[in-house]
Amino acid sequence: MEPRVGLFVTCLVDLLRPSVGFAAVRLIEASGCSVEVVEGQTCCGQPAYNSGDRESAREIVLATVRAFRGCDYVVAPSGSCAAMLKLHYPRLIAGGGKDAGEVRAFAGRVHELTSFLVNVRSMTRVPGALKARAAYHDACSGLRELKIATEPRRLLGSVEGLELVEMAEAESCCGFGGLFSVKYPEISNAMVEKKAAAISRAGPDILLGGDLGCLANIAGKLKRGGSPITCRHVAEVLAGELSDPPIAYPESS
Amino acid sequence: MTPGTRDFKENSRVALADAQLRRALDGLPGGLVAQRAAAKARLPEFEALTAEARDIRDHTLAHLDLYLEAFAEKASEMGTQIHWARTASEARDTILSLCRAEGARLVAKGKSMVSEEIGLNAHLEAAGVEVVETDLGEYLVQIRGEAPSHIIAPAIHLSRDQVEADFRRHHTHLTADRRLDEPAELVAEARGVLREKFLAADVGITGANFLIAETGSAVIVTNEGNGDLSSLLPKVHIVVASLEKVVPTLEDAALLLRVLARSATGQEITAYTSFLTGPRRVGDPDGPSACHVVIVDNGRSALLGSEFRDVLRCIRCGACMNHCPVYNAIGGHAYGSVYAGPIGAVLSPALIGIGESSDLPNASSLCGRCEEVCPVKIPLPSLMRHWREAAFRSGDMGLVARSLLKAWTYAAKRPRLYHALARFAAATLGAAGRARGAFRWLPLGRGWTRTRDFPAPQGRTFQQLWAERQRGVPR
Repeated sequence: MEPRVGLFVTCLVDLLRPSVGFAAVRLIEASGCSVEVVEGQTCCGQPAYNSGDRESAREIVLATVRAFRGCDYVVAPSGSCAAMLKLHYPRLIAGGGKDAGEVRAFAGRVHELTSFLVNVRSMTRVPGALKARAAYHDACSGLRELKIATEPRRLLGSVEGLELVEMAEAESCCGFGGLFSVKYPEISNAMVEKKAAAISRAGPDILLGGDLGCLANIAGKLKRGGSPITCRHVAEVLAGELSDPPIAYPESS
Repeated sequence: MTPGTRDFKENSRVALADAQLRRALDGLPGGLVAQRAAAKARLPEFEALTAEARDIRDHTLAHLDLYLEAFAEKASEMGTQIHWARTASEARDTILSLCRAEGARLVAKGKSMVSEEIGLNAHLEAAGVEVVETDLGEYLVQIRGEAPSHIIAPAIHLSRDQVEADFRRHHTHLTADRRLDEPAELVAEARGVLREKFLAADVGITGANFLIAETGSAVIVTNEGNGDLSSLLPKVHIVVASLEKVVPTLEDAALLLRVLARSATGQEITAYTSFLTGPRRVGDPDGPSACHVVIVDNGRSALLGSEFRDVLRCIRCGACMNHCPVYNAIGGHAYGSVYAGPIGAVLSPALIGIGESSDLPNASSLCGRCEEVCPVKIPLPSLMRHWREAAFRSGDMGLVARSLLKAWTYAAKRPRLYHALARFAAATLGAAGRARGAFRWLPLGRGWTRTRDFPAPQGRTFQQLWAERQRGVPR
């Protein structure tokens, strides 16, 4: 019997770029699992949690955990949402109660997509192929909270034709930070300016990342600056789901 | 220029437009950040030492009353007079009365952040006591009438040219042909001026990096030796230190000094590390004839039993600021508080109230770099989030932001409504943005779209497409 994976779609993939969700499904299925998309999910709750609305965040936590009952794993194509589900959910519902126990068990089943494929499913080969020079952007939560750095690079190493280049100051935040980018847009812009410059110096054809928030920010900055570097979610390249245009580009190009 | 924490947004705009400040801050990654990384790489046990450092600080905080009493007892035994100050004003008054008792007209001052916190210089100057900062960076900001913009590099925002101009304006003895275009010449000029102040000062005031309960000593680290000259040459030495500076033993202090120097400047050890224990004894060649330690609470004891206790582990290395992308973008003055950067974002609300400072813990992408480099592992992002919770509870969030957040959470708790709204947003925004693939202007995201495009949705939500796929509709 194949393990049942609940896909945590993430609100940004759901709204902005469903193709990332289908790429994730393809990869999870290729790793020998069945995928379920539960309708009871909305968002991981970070906008409330990081704005200080702990009570609303707790309600979202409990609803999300209940929605994924019955899944062997919960996988998210985002380090940020996965870190929220895995590390912050148990902090929000702490203690010795029944809810806390269920949340802890839930958190134990949560994985970020590339980490799930490499560390849980021992995947070494992926369906995707792309002849390009690519750079990978480590998103903060994935890198520092979940310690994900080698997993996406290992998988990208098996993509036929792909060459990986590294950028300077790769550990620096791109300036997205969820609502931070809306509440403090000038500071956020100063951060993404530096990030875009570092990416340009590394000289890739394409920038990949595991988080659509960072990618929307970086792609928006590169495009506004007239850069030829395009951006995609790492799952799209790994799965070979490249029929949609790059992030922030129209159908025709 | 003393911008306040309430003006954070405007301050940060001014800072971002300051090209000179940008050049100065651009030196951080290749400077203090790279130096710390190199020092860490040279010491394989660095991470293990930081875990020990955290434990020492935690243990001390758990028994703070005990160690403070032990310090006071031992220091008194060594001839030091201990003064307790609950508030900033008590601390200021205590120090002023000590200066008055000495008939002091000139104070030589070592670098001390807690003295900034209690507004000491202005208080002494108002009472007719001249105060001269003797740390070069502090001296530079003092003659400019500024506050330090960094806890260990107070003048990091200044360029060499600005320093030369300030010296020519302020040091009226300088002749036009005196060359000041090399850093060494600037240092020589400052040294000449400060040397006279050290010799003429009636009282020396310094901070302390640590207070050692075992020995009753105050520890001061400097790279300029000014702490030693401030504490040893004047007749009276006053140490002002906040109460969490105490550590149990000499050995504990030694371990903390190892992680402090590496985290702050990438040094193995700071150039001058002095253990000052009481006044001059019979037969000592030098030292002050009287020694005082003023231990300042100023709101810290209230943090001990709170969710913010961990911030008291801080040993003031500045690594969190050096690695913070927000600090790197706007510098220290924009925060408008004594302490800037991540540590300031957590400490300032405790000192001046969250109502005065709610921008500080909010203006962070919570990227986590500060916690990662902190030598005592303070969970700074979590503590910033706790301040956001306090601001949310007390209604310090703007009305528009609160309403939008409330509307969003209302939907996020109701999946059917949420999915319907998401479908609507994806369809309308998708239709509006499909031609370009991105928006160059969005009504609710003008701040974003002023400088960046915002990607247009693909038109339908994943949930929608998934449901169709389940029904066998091809994509």
